[in-house]
Amino acid sequence: MPTTKSLYGRRLTGYAIATGIVLTAALALAFFYAPIEADQGFSQKIFYIHVPLAIVTLGGFVFGGIFGIQYLRSGDTRHDLRSYTAIHQGLIFCIGALITGSIWAKAAWGQWWVWDEPTLVSFLIVFLLYCTYQPLRFSIEDPERQARYAAVFAVVAGVFVPVNFIAVRLASPLIHPRVLGSSGGSLPNDMRLAFYSALLGITLLFITICKYEMASKHSRAQLAALRRSLIGEHDEPAPARSAAPRIAVK
Amino acid sequence: MSAAHPPSTLSAARAVLYKELTLERRAPQTLTAMALFCASAFVIFHFALGRNEIEGAIASGVLWVTLTLAALLGIGRSFVADREEGGLDGFLLAPAPRSALLIAKAMTLFIFLLIVGLLASMLFAVLLLGPTPTVSQWGSLALLIVLADLGIALVGTLIAGIAIQTRARDLITSILALPLLIPLLIAVTKASEPLLSAGGGTLVGRWLALLGLYDLIFGLLAYALFDYLVED
Amino acid sequence: MANTEPAVVCSGLVRRYGERRALDGIDLTLDQGQTLVVFGPNGAGKTTLLRVLATLLRPSEGDASLLGSDLRKEGWKVRSKIGFLGHQSLCYGDLTARENLRYHAKLHGVADPAARIEALLDQAGLSGRGDERVFGYSRGMLQRLAICRAVLHEPELLLLDEPRSNLDPAAIEQVEPLIGAAAGRTRVIASHDPAGGLAEADLVLGLRSGSASLFEPAAQVTTDQIGELYR
Repeated sequence: MPTTKSLYGRRLTGYAIATGIVLTAALALAFFYAPIEADQGFSQKIFYIHVPLAIVTLGGFVFGGIFGIQYLRSGDTRHDLRSYTAIHQGLIFCIGALITGSIWAKAAWGQWWVWDEPTLVSFLIVFLLYCTYQPLRFSIEDPERQARYAAVFAVVAGVFVPVNFIAVRLASPLIHPRVLGSSGGSLPNDMRLAFYSALLGITLLFITICKYEMASKHSRAQLAALRRSLIGEHDEPAPARSAAPRIAVK
Repeated sequence: MSAAHPPSTLSAARAVLYKELTLERRAPQTLTAMALFCASAFVIFHFALGRNEIEGAIASGVLWVTLTLAALLGIGRSFVADREEGGLDGFLLAPAPRSALLIAKAMTLFIFLLIVGLLASMLFAVLLLGPTPTVSQWGSLALLIVLADLGIALVGTLIAGIAIQTRARDLITSILALPLLIPLLIAVTKASEPLLSAGGGTLVGRWLALLGLYDLIFGLLAYALFDYLVED
Repeated sequence: MANTEPAVVCSGLVRRYGERRALDGIDLTLDQGQTLVVFGPNGAGKTTLLRVLATLLRPSEGDASLLGSDLRKEGWKVRSKIGFLGHQSLCYGDLTARENLRYHAKLHGVADPAARIEALLDQAGLSGRGDERVFGYSRGMLQRLAICRAVLHEPELLLLDEPRSNLDPAAIEQVEPLIGAAAGRTRVIASHDPAGGLAEADLVLGLRSGSASLFEPAAQVTTDQIGELYR
């Protein structure tokens, strides 16, 4: 039993506290310390949330693909669980990125959506692709095949993300002047501090939520197994169809 | 002792390809459906856009959207015959390299797409296209059709391989294929735009490069991942 | 010089579907030239066992080796030497019998396919209708064609899942030389016919819910014991 606990929920409390601290500090820096940007005014501050959300989303999807590769090579279902969680949370953060991006577009250019903004458009396409992940998993009943096909999808989608960015960027007629270059290199120092702390905060938030989700699923599976053995049922009941990976409790 | 030795990838792929084409020749459902779809789509676009003639970016968009949606029909049919007759067991039992199946299926889809693409673009030129393309523009368009269809065939076969094992085959095919094909579509519509405009536009190199990159990357991906789809 | 290596060796073979164990730790050894008949009710795992041995399914746990090659690592080697007959014919309805067999012959790399195909069709009594599309075949004809397909590449080991289903007595006689006991031919047969199966078996495996409840030489097994499996 100690070995299974150490996989999930390890240092969860630590991560949660760290996330809370860093995120609060980052938001404080963003709103009170960083200067108000000349062109766009106070509404530009949403950039401190939007861009980290976008970056972390991409990171989540990439890790989803990496764990997918690891699952295909090893067959270890823990990689499948990590891949699933990374993509699942990545999708949620992607929605966040799209919404905050839309708010920023409204504040900066007066419209809820701008097609000229290649990053935003790329995110929409990536979002559409990753929305198919759960339906795909749900439509395959055999758990082993579900995990395998989901891993293949994760890899294909992960490779797709950069190709898509290149294509959309090439197709954009002009690059709107934005405060952020892709690496934040054009930021003045005080903005940079706020930005990087927001990035760190959101990264920690992502990791914490992923760990929480995996720990929660695992605990639920262990609880169900415990309940079954208390009642005296030793056969696993036919599980309902599910898109989430099955957790084997030994 | 068995009087057989394992076939090479090429001869196994050839055998599967021949089987696929023979099946289509005997019961030409897929090609007919794809071609009819394109024709109907052009008519719908005429009414929906309210135009007798289109050119440039709109023409490019109409043509390629039509071809892509027709491709979905072909992709959806890719593994259906096998599924109905006992799955891919017949192939999997043989000591043939698995990549031969991918090559043959992709090649089949590519041939179908090519035929439909060429037919549809000629029909498009008659029905909806305003300016008459020059010979060199036709040549460039044919090149684009070849490159685009190659990409669609590769990605499509991979998706078909995934979708055939799910309980919602046609749904999964559509929702997977369309986002994945967007970069290819971006490249090919941008590249087609000058070819379908009056004034003798030519191909721009960067879109060809993007198309080539897309084909290469997804071709490699399909090759690397296909085994995981067919082996149980 | 006869090779005395066993034809089939399974140890602890497990195949899972989710949490359900379709095969739960099967151990068996079959020598060359012998026939193993597998009995058991529907869902007992007979088909699963045959499919695992045919390399169509990967074992979840345990090992198996066929004709000296390990199933997991050398599956491709195994495939040239085995002939599998399942519940489906694996033949395409829109192709003729000859075209179907030619296709499978090419996939298996059969030398001189034309002669082999003609000989098989002749033996199975399908020569006359060999150029008809297969979807017009009766179930018995389809089964005979499937048998031809299974033995097309002269495999050393036959894996047959209820091979005589849909066949009338005349047809059974026709295909006997193709799938019956013969020198050097090792067979694993799944059967629902206690008397007939027992008669042709050298070894008997009784499956029940994925586990082997019976594994004996045929001489020591009675039809009653087989009947027990179904209760």
